[in-house]
Amino acid sequence: MTDAAIEVEGLTKRFGDVVALGGIDFSVPTRSVFGLLGPNGAGKTTAIRILATVLEPDEGRASVLGRDVVRDPDGVRRVIGLAGQYAAVDPNLTGRENLRLIGLLTQMSSTDISPRAAALLGRFDLTDAADRPAKTYSGGMRRRLDIAAALMPRPPVLFLDEPTTGLDLYSRNELWDMIRELVEEGTTVLLTTQYLEEADRLAQRIAVVDQGRVIANDAPSVLKAQLGNTVAEMGFEDDTGAERARELLARAHPAEREGSIVRLSTNEGPRVLIGVLRELDGAGLSPSTLTVHEPSLDDVFLKLTGRHAESTETTTDQPAAGRRRRRRGAAA
Amino acid sequence: MSETTVADVAVRERPIAVRAVRDALAVTWRNLIAYRRVPQLLVFSTIQPVIFVVMFRYVFGGAISLPIRLPYVDFLMPGVFVQTVVFGALATAIGLASDMKSGLMERFRSLPMARSAVLAGRTLADLTRNLFVVMLMLAVGFLVGFRLHTDILGLIGGILLLLAFGYAMSWIFASVGLLVGDPETAQAAAFPLLAPLVFASSLFVPVQRMPGWLQPWANHQPVSVTAKAIRFLTIGPSPFGQASDVWESLLWIAGILLVFAPLAVRRYRRAI
Repeated sequence: MTDAAIEVEGLTKRFGDVVALGGIDFSVPTRSVFGLLGPNGAGKTTAIRILATVLEPDEGRASVLGRDVVRDPDGVRRVIGLAGQYAAVDPNLTGRENLRLIGLLTQMSSTDISPRAAALLGRFDLTDAADRPAKTYSGGMRRRLDIAAALMPRPPVLFLDEPTTGLDLYSRNELWDMIRELVEEGTTVLLTTQYLEEADRLAQRIAVVDQGRVIANDAPSVLKAQLGNTVAEMGFEDDTGAERARELLARAHPAEREGSIVRLSTNEGPRVLIGVLRELDGAGLSPSTLTVHEPSLDDVFLKLTGRHAESTETTTDQPAAGRRRRRRGAAA
Repeated sequence: MSETTVADVAVRERPIAVRAVRDALAVTWRNLIAYRRVPQLLVFSTIQPVIFVVMFRYVFGGAISLPIRLPYVDFLMPGVFVQTVVFGALATAIGLASDMKSGLMERFRSLPMARSAVLAGRTLADLTRNLFVVMLMLAVGFLVGFRLHTDILGLIGGILLLLAFGYAMSWIFASVGLLVGDPETAQAAAFPLLAPLVFASSLFVPVQRMPGWLQPWANHQPVSVTAKAIRFLTIGPSPFGQASDVWESLLWIAGILLVFAPLAVRRYRRAI
């Protein structure tokens, strides 16, 4: 039960000068969901591609159900399903034909292919569209077909690369339910996501990935406990006002200041805020802005790295570019 | 199609050779569906050679004088057949480049399928398409007065040679498609490659009238040689084609396959 379905040790991958993975380690227990959480360009997709034998690592070792991805790629391919970031379905084939193609190419027995395809089309709400070319599908439908294709050969290990990006709320919840069902049936799932909420809802364990390294690896509850369940951000007129507010609040709560913003995380949410606001008002320090939200990937990053979670694709060695972009984003 | 061509085997473990054939046929089936679903692809790739036939037969043909007495259309049609399969090979490049761009190639690489199947399935589908288009062009040829001077065996031999040449060209363009990885670029990259092969050739005009410095190339480059070989097979021995051209064409086909098949396979291993 507790043995690892996926083991990754010291995995590195470079593309020219860019270090996509700088030596990552993690292991995923069988019948669980493991989340790789990180911003764009953190190396999540590279890790999945290596595990799915699409890319070869430069150094390090990775295995799936005991099969080494470099020495026995064909063995790995027999036990995995991959749904990549771009819904990789053939636009000219119907939904049913797409599943049939994957069934044939995963060496399923011919008699098994049609009923399996029909069942998956039903399960993903695609029965009505099953015999239409996939190019007529909406983005969400393509996504679902892509994941159905990954599930065709009933793989014991499933890789989902940002599975809910571009899905509407309803489809996203459906997919979450489906992932939970798969795990109950015995599947091991490795998923990447940019959303803390998604990782929190699904995964038993989360590795936070930043610039090709794992910077935290814990149960979601542990990660969230460090952050509190609610994050309140209060904006003040100037830095000195903000600093005075931080000093005042820090006596009772973990509070941090960034410029004129004071950030407070708490486990008791709005109830604490009433007291906080009374206290600030009493000291003549009314915040000019106030936002309250669930902790996000950005909050995790701030906590762990002191930086905002940003795409590191182009900004690894040019921090100034990132700042410029953020300012422009804020103005827009 | 696949129901009839793919053997029913109920186990996952199959001998490597069986797997290679099954997987190649599955990918061929998938590629042929695209031609059925997007008939424009086929229509446009057929209309162009038809326009060439009409143009050369009725517009330029009168101005082109052959050094021996032979209806120009009998000289022209073998050239048009070759032109058709050469331009048709572009589909191989575009198809593979599209699969790379769409992420399908990445999915294929994560599947327990034969590594050869993506390229074999692509080129086999394009061979099938060529067979269809060549038959169509043959009908068009007979409609505008093309006549066989040899016998049916000569014609069949010519068609087989033509298809083999088209298949070899597919491997050149498979390498191009995998190299550029983007369908629009593949299309743009193909023309400078095709122009000297198609136009500095014996396809539409006899080489004898070209400037001396161009003649060696126009006489011996693979496209010309294949057109001459097919003229030999449909007209008989003449200044436009000898038995030796058939051998020379077969040598070119073998040479192209020997160079470009490994090249395409190597590119495929590196492509995502």
